[in-house]
Amino acid sequence: MNSTTEWRQYLAQRQTRRAFLGRTSQGVGALALASLLQPRLLSAASPTTDRWGGAVHPLHFPAKAKRVIWMTMAGGPSHLETWDYKPKLQAMHGQPMPDSFTKGKQIAQLQGQKLTCFGPQHPFQRFGASGVEICSLFPQIGSVADEICWVRSMTTEAINHDPAHMFMNTGSQIAGRPSMGSWAVYGLGSDAESLPGFVVLTSLGRGGQNQPIAARQWASGFLPSRFQGVHLRGKGDPVLYLGTPPGVTRNQQWDVVQAVNQLNNQHDAVVDDPEIATRIAQYEMAFQMQASVPDLMDLSPEPASILSLYGCKPGDGSFASNALLARRLAERGVRFIQLYHKDWDHHGGVKEGIELKAQEVDRACMALITDLKQRGMLKDTLLVWAGEFGRTPMSQGDGRDHHNAGFTIWMAGGGIRPGTVYGATDELGYSAVENPTDVHDLHATMLKLLGIDHLQMTVKFQGIDARLTGIAGNVLKDLLA
Amino acid sequence: MKLTFPTLAPTVALLTWASGLLPSGTLVAAGKVDFNAEIRPILSDHCFACHGPDAKKVKGGLRLDLHESATHEAKSGKIAVVGGQPEQSELVRRILSSDPETQMPPPETHKPLSAREQDVLQRWIRDGGEYKGHWAYAVPVRPAEVSGPRAIDGLVRARLTELQLQPAPSADRRTLIRRLSFDLTGLPPTPAEINDFEQDEAPDAYERLVERLIGSPHYGERMAISWLDVVRFADTIGYHSDNPRNIWPYRDYVIRSFNRNKPFDQFTREQLAGDLLPQPTLEQRVGSAFNRLLLTTEEGGAQAKDYEARYLTDRVRAIGAVWLGQTIGCAQCHDHKFDPITSRDFYSMGAFFADVQEAIIGRREDGILVPDASQASALERLQARTRAAHLDYDAPHLELEAQLDHWVGQQQVAADQERRWSVLVPAAMSSSGGSTLKLRADQAILAGGTNPENDLYRLEVTNRLSGVPAIRLEVLPDDSLPDHGPGRAGNGNFVLTEWVAHVESGGHPVREVRFKSAQATFEQTVAAGDNVYGRWTANAAIDRDVLGPKWGWAVLPEVGRSQRMVVEFSEPLNLAQSEVLVLQLRQQHGSGHNLGCFRLTMTTDTAAAREQVSPALPSEIVGLLPASDATREKLRDQFKQRAPEFAGWRERRQAASKAQADFESQVPRCIVTERASEPRVVRILPRGNFLVETGERVQPALPAFLVKNAAGNSGPLTRLDLANWLVSRDNPLTARVVMNRLWKQFFGTGLSKVLDDLGSQGDPPRNQALLDWLAVEFIESGWDVKHMVRWIVTSDTYRQSSVAPAELLSRDPDNRELARQGRWRLDAELVRDNALSVAGLLTPEVGGPSVRPYQPDGYWENLNFPQRSWEASSGGAQYRRGLYTWWQRSFLHPSLVAFDAPAREECTAERNRSNIPQQALVLLNDPTYVEAARAFAVRMLRECSGDEDDRIRWGWNQALGRSPTDRELATVRQLLDKHLGEFKADRASAERYVRVGGSPSPIDFDAAELAAWMDVARTLLNLHETITRS
Repeated sequence: MNSTTEWRQYLAQRQTRRAFLGRTSQGVGALALASLLQPRLLSAASPTTDRWGGAVHPLHFPAKAKRVIWMTMAGGPSHLETWDYKPKLQAMHGQPMPDSFTKGKQIAQLQGQKLTCFGPQHPFQRFGASGVEICSLFPQIGSVADEICWVRSMTTEAINHDPAHMFMNTGSQIAGRPSMGSWAVYGLGSDAESLPGFVVLTSLGRGGQNQPIAARQWASGFLPSRFQGVHLRGKGDPVLYLGTPPGVTRNQQWDVVQAVNQLNNQHDAVVDDPEIATRIAQYEMAFQMQASVPDLMDLSPEPASILSLYGCKPGDGSFASNALLARRLAERGVRFIQLYHKDWDHHGGVKEGIELKAQEVDRACMALITDLKQRGMLKDTLLVWAGEFGRTPMSQGDGRDHHNAGFTIWMAGGGIRPGTVYGATDELGYSAVENPTDVHDLHATMLKLLGIDHLQMTVKFQGIDARLTGIAGNVLKDLLA
Repeated sequence: MKLTFPTLAPTVALLTWASGLLPSGTLVAAGKVDFNAEIRPILSDHCFACHGPDAKKVKGGLRLDLHESATHEAKSGKIAVVGGQPEQSELVRRILSSDPETQMPPPETHKPLSAREQDVLQRWIRDGGEYKGHWAYAVPVRPAEVSGPRAIDGLVRARLTELQLQPAPSADRRTLIRRLSFDLTGLPPTPAEINDFEQDEAPDAYERLVERLIGSPHYGERMAISWLDVVRFADTIGYHSDNPRNIWPYRDYVIRSFNRNKPFDQFTREQLAGDLLPQPTLEQRVGSAFNRLLLTTEEGGAQAKDYEARYLTDRVRAIGAVWLGQTIGCAQCHDHKFDPITSRDFYSMGAFFADVQEAIIGRREDGILVPDASQASALERLQARTRAAHLDYDAPHLELEAQLDHWVGQQQVAADQERRWSVLVPAAMSSSGGSTLKLRADQAILAGGTNPENDLYRLEVTNRLSGVPAIRLEVLPDDSLPDHGPGRAGNGNFVLTEWVAHVESGGHPVREVRFKSAQATFEQTVAAGDNVYGRWTANAAIDRDVLGPKWGWAVLPEVGRSQRMVVEFSEPLNLAQSEVLVLQLRQQHGSGHNLGCFRLTMTTDTAAAREQVSPALPSEIVGLLPASDATREKLRDQFKQRAPEFAGWRERRQAASKAQADFESQVPRCIVTERASEPRVVRILPRGNFLVETGERVQPALPAFLVKNAAGNSGPLTRLDLANWLVSRDNPLTARVVMNRLWKQFFGTGLSKVLDDLGSQGDPPRNQALLDWLAVEFIESGWDVKHMVRWIVTSDTYRQSSVAPAELLSRDPDNRELARQGRWRLDAELVRDNALSVAGLLTPEVGGPSVRPYQPDGYWENLNFPQRSWEASSGGAQYRRGLYTWWQRSFLHPSLVAFDAPAREECTAERNRSNIPQQALVLLNDPTYVEAARAFAVRMLRECSGDEDDRIRWGWNQALGRSPTDRELATVRQLLDKHLGEFKADRASAERYVRVGGSPSPIDFDAAELAAWMDVARTLLNLHETITRS
């Protein structure tokens, strides 16, 4: 059994036998049993790549979206200089914030200080057939406004960056829960042949307010590690430890992988350990990733027209480059793609700060929507644009403080009703008053579009049937196309 | 990891049931239905959410967790459980109902009962519907039928007999020593150790091996790993900036405690309440760092109340995870749904920690000094020296009486001479830069308000002056100034760049006033590299800027005290009535180097104007003059502080203090528990919401479902009371929880599979008699951990082979019944330790500061406040065991992450054990493992003198403790030959390859040969068997 083909065949036979007997160790045992019960899982699981076919079979609903691109605008974008126009706030600029708006609410850095109204720092204008009013700094997004659904009544529980990201990603402020990308891959598996199902990219802003982001934001928590997000890096190896050691060729690396797998296979014949078959598959997958990831990251095949659509230069590490990479990941079947773009934390200088941010994201967001649409992928790709919270209508010097009682996010594609606005804040942009929406609702809606009932996708953790939506969450039916 | 799947096709349920395997994998023996093993889990998972302990959620007045409620009429008038009569029992009617209106559980809960579950519930009621208390809440009792060292085997075998399973034979000696070495020390045995053991024919060979390994210093390291996981030990604070904190001495405390076999009850008391023990030792205080291991924040805008609540809940969850095996965290917002834990229990538990002194928001303090033995003796010497120097200084020193008298006389002269100067108070003063100038009580001028880049003070003097030869500027410290002034720059400095004067009359200049000379008590020489005067001299302030406007008088580093500058007029100044002397003090240095506090004085005494300017007599001395018997001792103090005659004592005292402080800055520190004088107020937070401050205030109390809190007759309970209760004979949980975790270390799975939940949603132990026996033995041995380890690893059950016949594998795939040993991939840290050990690179030193193995550049790019980069440790520190790796919570070292090491943000009783491609990438490409492969290749070439096949065999033995089969040998040989040829043809690549890592590459080998052997080594280090304990 010297040739690769032979031992692949051998493995395939053994895996089928094992799956039938349902005997593997620990969690995998349950999975094997599940694959027995769920024919699609079995057929989807390629014996050599040990691919995970997803826990939800059949889907609870017909899926409208096959994948998600979640643009996390980290730092907390001001809704008042982007998507939520408040002329009344403009009129009250410089006057005390009425007590009735703020009483009993959480306040971050402005605790105990005089609260003063701070009008929108940039003009707004109407865009598209829907005539939605958005900030004039975002004309490119405005040009595709009819594809977008704005949720102007978003709320969240947390008011500091770290817990707020945790809440937005995992539905809990306590560390150790799986990120939504992990849930999506756990539920649905991934169509990517040799890429992780959940990929994260990060980019810095030029304004210098780059808040830290912890790796826990894409961790799989109590789900198995295979569902964790993999951070694709702009510098160095795009995936950690992806590069072969210096001086070693790809063929030589393959020789080593092959020798390891052959020896593992020989040992398996003695000890009959199902983990060995998985190990062999992981070495193959790792070797494939050593080729597929550089191929993914290489933007040279992209025509000049695409590069200018996004407004990026290959390798510049910008949000625009990451948006283009997101499209390439989507094409390759990656289930959940999360882009972090930082520097939205405008405690001071919100006027100039937002201008910088608009330059960084406006064209790229338009490009991503346009590009996906022209490839016929917008209809089954859910785009979400969201910060971890919004910013106060009150001034903090010439900036705004963190704010969780009302802010705006937007969605597009994959089953979302386009060209609409959902919910509203009060006349000063403080609290969500019409259709208040929380993070659990957002998660429930995302899962619904993916074909999953958030109430039914559960995993036992610390005695409870844990869900992404905790013990809450309502699907926002008005948002669905 | 327990996964559940939403749907189970009925056919499969029948199939598995028929073969004696329940969907959850439980093998059952025939006989009566056991309430705790079979019924409670069903009721808990499907019914308790609405018919359980959460008082606010109980529906229909029915609680199925209580026998009393289940067997009496509910609100509906019906009885859920009528013993012996399923047909009369409302429960049975409801679970069998097909009407969605009456069906239980209601369809919308998505928790349908399977046919098997419906059946077993009916059988239970038919058998009498007997209730038993939850198994884990009854104090464990030693099973009567077994005793002595073979108890473990007896209890395991009894169950195997019942299930008609055969125990596996003993593993071979090579497997046993490898298993024992990994389990007890986390390091592989050397081929020589394997050989010795295989040849040892003494009947106690195995027991002696166990003793050797239990006695190894690496035993404590191995045992520490899972403890550090469950208590969430890490080097950083966790939230947001995730900055470092001084905590590693606690890690060494844990290692030491296991190595010294500290009784577990003492271990518990020290960690929860080391500070409350009588005269706590340093060791006990370091143990109390346990209370500081939680996540904390430095984020701006974080609200104290918010984080106070987070810290409380974090600590309560820890008690639940570490000692009680209860998911207490669920009771943060409401009474527990499945276990009888109330919100009151939760917050009362939190109240035990309300006295832990800490900053809620912000940087952790440096912590206490934790010297090692040699540091402690050095520190003691230095402290003795400091004490002696202080004593010597403080002695009366009567031998210096004459010098004292002389010094006091000098002070009196100086005080007398000072009378020749009198204060000038400007009639008007202004600042061109917008500073506010105000008069202090002592008639000094204090600048405040904005501090402009440059400034010019204009002072108008209207006193009648006659024959004034000089004027004096005193600059003075003030607490309102940076570094106490006298300047307004950030470092307390100023630069007086020019001082000009003229006389005005009627608002018009009438004559210029010229200066002849200037002198000062101190002139700055630092930062004078490009100063044309070579220093910041007073003369530059009266030079009419002939050498440029930026030079002037400055005083760094002698800030924070008074300095003086005297300027002599070209001719004595007279000021007639109606004339005004206008003084302009220019400060043009920039960056706010302006005067902060100053005073003007003048003299009419030419001698006073010309003598060397002396520093101001300190006000402390002025107040003591003229000398008298009453002031003599105080003058002696001043003499000691200031007189040149006493400089020796002063300097010795200062030097001793400084030497001590310098040494202390090198000594490790650890944040520990210190008791706050006033405990924080703890209230029950409705729905866990910290904004609601109306909840009832609670005092520390033990969980009411486990213990009756006695009426408080000796004040509030303390953390020490909590610790004592956790390890008391009455506590049914702690010993079981700890033994269950220990069992997992040696068998791969706990006796109860869910390590952190022994509540009703957990997994009832497959062999409760065994778990209870272990728990009782543990307590009665005096909480002796090594004793329990010894009994477990010397059992036949432990010594079984992990290779199992197919039938056993299919009947008990997860090895819950222990008819064989388990096999699993090594923990993250041990994967590293094993590779370094085989390569001969491992630094075996125990304890010390955390270290930094190679980490990819830029891995920390998303950390901020401040931005940080990773500096790999050099020398031996690079090759330390994995558990010493710097534990950065938000970005744990990626090699450890790949192998499932937890970030330790939450208490982790059980790690994932995954098998993912990142593990292959790490072992193939991480420089740590490539360098290990090089070192291993060098060993194969250097330490084995045979031919290629001999060397492969030798290496194989080092890595795996066995010889390769012919096929294995051939596979490796084929790789070697191919790559040897390739590297010989491409020496440049070989040269690059062999230079990986920080340790020097040996020069006495051909690079191509070494490179080819590196691929052999890399192959061996990547084998599944290499990283597997079996």
